[in-house]
Amino acid sequence: MIDSYANIMAERADIMRASVGIDYTAYQTGALAFDYDRLLTDTGYDIDTARRVQRRTAVGDTPLVELGNITELVRAVAAPGMGARIFLKDEAANPSGSFKDRRASLSVHEAKKRGYAGVAAATSGNYGAAVASQAAKAGLRCIVVQEAFDSHAIAQPEIAEKTRACEAYGAEVIRLSVGPELFYVFLCVLKESRYFNASLYTPYSILGVETLGFELAGQAREQTGQFPDIVIATHAGGGNVTGTARGLQKAGASDTQMVAASVDLSGLHMASDRDFNRKSFTTGHTGFSIPFTTWPDRADVPRNAARALRYMDRFVTVTQGEVFYITEVLAALEGLQRGPAGNTSLAAAFVIAQALDRDRIIVVQETEYTGAGKHPLAQLNLARRLGIDIRRGDPRDSRPGASIVIPEHPSQLAVVDVDLDGVRQSYVRHAIDTLGDDDQLSEADFDFLATETRTSRRYVEDLVHEARGTTRRL
Amino acid sequence: MTDTVPKDTWVEIHRIALTPDQRAPQIPADTKQVPLEMRVKGFLAAPARVGEPAEIVTPAGRRLGGVLGEVNPAYDHGFGSPIPALSSIGAQVRALLRDPGRYK
Repeated sequence: MIDSYANIMAERADIMRASVGIDYTAYQTGALAFDYDRLLTDTGYDIDTARRVQRRTAVGDTPLVELGNITELVRAVAAPGMGARIFLKDEAANPSGSFKDRRASLSVHEAKKRGYAGVAAATSGNYGAAVASQAAKAGLRCIVVQEAFDSHAIAQPEIAEKTRACEAYGAEVIRLSVGPELFYVFLCVLKESRYFNASLYTPYSILGVETLGFELAGQAREQTGQFPDIVIATHAGGGNVTGTARGLQKAGASDTQMVAASVDLSGLHMASDRDFNRKSFTTGHTGFSIPFTTWPDRADVPRNAARALRYMDRFVTVTQGEVFYITEVLAALEGLQRGPAGNTSLAAAFVIAQALDRDRIIVVQETEYTGAGKHPLAQLNLARRLGIDIRRGDPRDSRPGASIVIPEHPSQLAVVDVDLDGVRQSYVRHAIDTLGDDDQLSEADFDFLATETRTSRRYVEDLVHEARGTTRRL
Repeated sequence: MTDTVPKDTWVEIHRIALTPDQRAPQIPADTKQVPLEMRVKGFLAAPARVGEPAEIVTPAGRRLGGVLGEVNPAYDHGFGSPIPALSSIGAQVRALLRDPGRYK
């Protein structure tokens, strides 16, 4: 690995093409627009094919569990007669302990089919363990590149556990200190190894999650006689929301509302060495979800197949203390130790259920395994060591990086709605920023922007003209 | 002076991937002050001493060079002490379910 930063970044397009085997330029239909549906369908993985591939490695078919006691707790704090039934899709039952096995399975299957000697992934999360697990089963080599420790060599405990898991599955783990140049190291690895890029953002990764939405729709109908009214997904890079919503649609659950939920980490910088270990969540937080929702094409592939803004009906945030609280409640009332990060959507469900009638159905669509490092105690002990104030109180008083406030009572849990209109405007501004001064937007581009933001031609034309300082055609 | 670590021992090597002046222009000031460090584990390709240059063969079969750090590095992440702010949650919500009127 001797290439300079500038040299490698200049080669990124070629390295990417060789490592994912997709020529993204073939899907470009405008200055901004590309044929998203064709990019996905050309892979050949429909729901049945994806399920067949996943079943070969025991991925998927996870239980949908009714959280009857948590629903009772919801009803104890809700207005009389209110409180929807909450169900949980126990994705921790997947081989490596999270829904990320679904995302890894098609990538690894594709890598094997195409004759790659190995797979590589840039991830500090459950996804690394999932890729390593799938690669082990497929007999492929595996390299995982993680952002793992700060300049004082303090490892984030949850990531330390992922390191261990990846190494247990036989992967080479490259652990890095903090910084976005992880991408540079990852490109060096891809160039040198010639492995398949099992990116979280390829079509394979998203199509692998469609089975989750598809399964839960069927299970909910079987258990309750109806499709869920609401499905809540913990939201970071957008793949969970995108794949689940697409799977719901394919199952015919077109009226189901898709809610994205993230942990609020506002004020903490994602590339800051100091802030790195002051985040008590390593995923499912706004440090990923806001930038990836407002501009998905910042990923490690040319066009991101995770396009959450197309699929979300609502986007809410909760605090770190609220997620730790609901993690304790899940263990105490339902006998399930899961998360913590994956329980972000459960914290949101606890609040949203209170505003719904008792016959309504909410599905929390994932869990993840719990263990050493991946636990509220590990996170809070590190937080305390770094001087973060941990106390019971009103979670609204918490400040990411300075304090974590654990609710005193379940009625204190709340969600904060992210202004989706503001997100859409930010998306369009980001899109415009990628254009050169001479780039003209075509009909296809305006249609694309309208689809991306779930708005109208008129809406995006106004935004584009405002951003570019031009006048709209009359 | 440290002893020579035998070939094929499971070890970690450390290297600087980017020095502060080689780092990306857009990163925050605190990150820009420090190098991008890299640590990888593997089996020692030839005998070496801690703190001196060494080469490993990684689990993916690649040969990587760096400075020899820990020998047979521990996985020492865990749970730590119970956190008082969490300790009473379970009992509280169980009590609330037994007597929902109590907290209304």
